[in-house]
Amino acid sequence: MNINLEVEVVNQESSALVSLTGEIDAYTAPKLKDALLPLTKREGYLVEVNLDKVTYMDSTGLGVFVGALKSTKEHNSQLKLVQLQDRVLRLFEITGLDSIITIDSTVRGGN
Amino acid sequence: MEDFDFIEIKVPAKAEYVGVVRLTTSGIANRMGFSYEEIEDLKVAISEAMTNAATHAYDDKEEGEVTVGFGLYEDRLEVMVADHGGSFDLSVVKQDIGPYQQHESVENLREGGFGLFLIDALMDKVEIKNDYGVIVLMTKYLHENEVGLDDDQISTTQ
Repeated sequence: MNINLEVEVVNQESSALVSLTGEIDAYTAPKLKDALLPLTKREGYLVEVNLDKVTYMDSTGLGVFVGALKSTKEHNSQLKLVQLQDRVLRLFEITGLDSIITIDSTVRGGN
Repeated sequence: MEDFDFIEIKVPAKAEYVGVVRLTTSGIANRMGFSYEEIEDLKVAISEAMTNAATHAYDDKEEGEVTVGFGLYEDRLEVMVADHGGSFDLSVVKQDIGPYQQHESVENLREGGFGLFLIDALMDKVEIKNDYGVIVLMTKYLHENEVGLDDDQISTTQ
């Protein structure tokens, strides 16, 4: 069990793929925020975040994604979350955030 | 008096110990026989309470501790998360909880304040005391749906 968070960013011409591994909580959320926010400030950019290997997330993670979403609206970029594990997706559903943030969970993350 | 085991841990009120409390929670809930889903709910709820305690209570001070108490009963787990460093205004906190509404504009979305809402959604019972610091008391029942079943089984063997 990994209670840290690894953030890997692959930049392409008009998009970035952010792959996360580990747990998102009060301790690791600032690291995610620092990586994610600058990407959303690029005009026209698509920021795709893969949460396949995120085994735990709480409201601190939700807060980071809400902040990133706000930033995309200011900078005309896009945010998309993909491959969420059921437990993580559930938090977006409980809070109603799944109707506001673009989430592609057709391919679910595994354990 | 109802019989129960009690486990208490004290950690510094810092974000890096939220994960430690979460792992402890997971171990205790596993020991008690909670399901995987229930353990995940407990981990989120207790992390939220711990995060609240670590961020709200000691804004102005360097030092501080959060006390987490686990009451292990036959039919439930009671978890108390307490800080003694200060308090927050509960009425203000309550205004901030609730799910997002679809019509809310993105600019107005709040980035915090979801902790208590999630605790409430994931636990069976939540009480907050705001007298000396803040104490959040949360309860989750063990195998709620199986209680009736067990009763039936006992009566048929008599």
